[in-house]
Amino acid sequence: MGIWEAVLITVITAATPLLIAGMGELVVEKSGVLNLGIEGMMAVGAACGFAVAILTGSTILGILAAVGAGIALSAVFAFLVLGLAANQVASGLALTILGLGLSGLVGAGFVGTNREAVPAIFIPGLTTLPGGALLFGQNPFVYASLAIAFGTLWFLSRSRAGLTLRSVGESHVSAHSLGLKVLKVRLMAILFGGACAGLAGAYLSLVYTPFWSPGMTAGRGWIALALVVFASWRPLRLLFGAYLFGGATVLQLHAQAASIGFPSQLLSAFPYVATILALVVMSAGRRSATAPGSLGTPFVPDR
Amino acid sequence: MRQFIKAAAVAALAAGLAGPASAQEKLKIGFIYVGPVGDFGWSYQHNQGRLAIEKAIPGKVETTYLENVPEADSERSIEQLARTGHKLIFTTSFGYMEPTLKVAKKYPNVMFEHATGYKRDKNMATYSAKFHEGRYVIGQIAGKMTKSNTLGYVASFPIPEVVAGINAFYLGALSVNPNVKVKVVWANTWFDPGKEADAAKALLAQGADIISQHTDSPAPQQQAEAAGKMGFGQASDMIKFAPKAQLTAIIDDWSAYYIERVKLMLDGKWASKDTWGGFAEDMVHMAPYTNMPDDVKKMAEATQAAIKAGTLNPFKCPVLDQEGKEVPCKGNGALSDEQVVGMNFYVKGIDDKLPK
Repeated sequence: MGIWEAVLITVITAATPLLIAGMGELVVEKSGVLNLGIEGMMAVGAACGFAVAILTGSTILGILAAVGAGIALSAVFAFLVLGLAANQVASGLALTILGLGLSGLVGAGFVGTNREAVPAIFIPGLTTLPGGALLFGQNPFVYASLAIAFGTLWFLSRSRAGLTLRSVGESHVSAHSLGLKVLKVRLMAILFGGACAGLAGAYLSLVYTPFWSPGMTAGRGWIALALVVFASWRPLRLLFGAYLFGGATVLQLHAQAASIGFPSQLLSAFPYVATILALVVMSAGRRSATAPGSLGTPFVPDR
Repeated sequence: MRQFIKAAAVAALAAGLAGPASAQEKLKIGFIYVGPVGDFGWSYQHNQGRLAIEKAIPGKVETTYLENVPEADSERSIEQLARTGHKLIFTTSFGYMEPTLKVAKKYPNVMFEHATGYKRDKNMATYSAKFHEGRYVIGQIAGKMTKSNTLGYVASFPIPEVVAGINAFYLGALSVNPNVKVKVVWANTWFDPGKEADAAKALLAQGADIISQHTDSPAPQQQAEAAGKMGFGQASDMIKFAPKAQLTAIIDDWSAYYIERVKLMLDGKWASKDTWGGFAEDMVHMAPYTNMPDDVKKMAEATQAAIKAGTLNPFKCPVLDQEGKEVPCKGNGALSDEQVVGMNFYVKGIDDKLPK
């Protein structure tokens, strides 16, 4: 395996959790809801996924538990912002704090427990080809993340349900007057976002670094949030952005290991700087690239 | 009879008052951790020290901790502890130095203990451990065990403690293997398992076959294990995460120091001072030497014993800096404690530019 292949593989592993969580949040925001709780949902997903995988010995059950935990936590958020029309920013921040605390509680008994990483796929004849490890030897999560990305792209741009979701996000009043079920659509979107965050968490604790430790999400939920803005709410840009952000953090590590002088602190800040730049470009540019019209505003049906 | 009842009532009243009063006299001790207690590294070991206090001095103390406190935003956390009646506060990361100093000036009746820093005050003591003694030992082991002559080092932030650790590691390796090289990767974090793992992967991809680390999670050791290479645990015994890869681990043991300081506080004899202990003071331990041949193990034990006895100093003069200039020797045949505590240069032969 050549050095470039090794580099690219680490870029992919670093980008995958950002891609999964970011794609979930993109769908949520497209429906007009801002969920700042990704970090918390990821942490709970990581803790529950690891705990169940250890207790049952089954990776599949661990992943399902992580997804379920993400959904459950996002349901709490949905109850607050849809059921009670609470402030989305405050509810989302509360969700992060709740999630980080809850994950510590769930994972407390599993600190210091080690587990084998979920193995990468191996297809005889393909994985062993030159460059084959890159295309055919990745972890199942990597293929799942790409499937989610392209599935979301198709759903939002090609399907009728996707059109409904976008119209709800652009103007919930108009959508409501057309007879679209605004709250139901948003509930589905929020639960999908929760499932993705939970899955991203499972990736962290079962593949990336197969152990549980409080705080192991280390701000990736926030980077996923920044990513959605950076991508200006477009799935393909988000896919690109995830690999760009993942690449920036990983490439500087490789550059250091190869003794290439590189300002490592600068590249660590890259995702945030890039997001700010993207915001500047967007606000200076055309209107088409701006946020969904109803983003962050609660909807109360007048009846 | 009436007198008796009166006396009994007074006694009961006194007892009733005494109950809560003595409970209030419990010494409240606060801890600030930079990572989560469950990091299984740095903060975990400080928390072990806290638990040791509770066990050693039962009934007289009450301990509280705040975990995951960001260094840049720690002042309000430290002040929160000071305001809520904590009389002795341990702040356990280098970056807490200025905030601790600030809060210490504001609360002259609260005593502070700051780990790994160099600024003190009347009510602010400092303490640290000579981790570099352990790093010299693991450097020697690495120098013997490497096949590629390339050692990987996952570093956190370019502060003196970490720089001195890299230097000691390299000097240890060089003392047994003149061809050895060390590659340093700065992760710019104390605790981010994913990034630490990526840093280790980058080093392994560049040919390193030994992974040493000065970040707090076991992730780099897991990577070494997965790649079939070797490594050294950090701050606590990480053998569970790398049963075939861990050669040994440098273990911080704060228990004895914490108990001693709390006892002094209880006796009213606490005074601000600087404590810097290593093997000899039992503040630094080595995990069992595993996964290595007997001769390497013997060498490591001999080195450890020599450092403990004071016959070997990792920074014995002459020490050359990266340009090959001799560093002034201010200690007794070795660099002085101040020079090591404030170390801001690489020794000759380290193939990396120190980030400023």
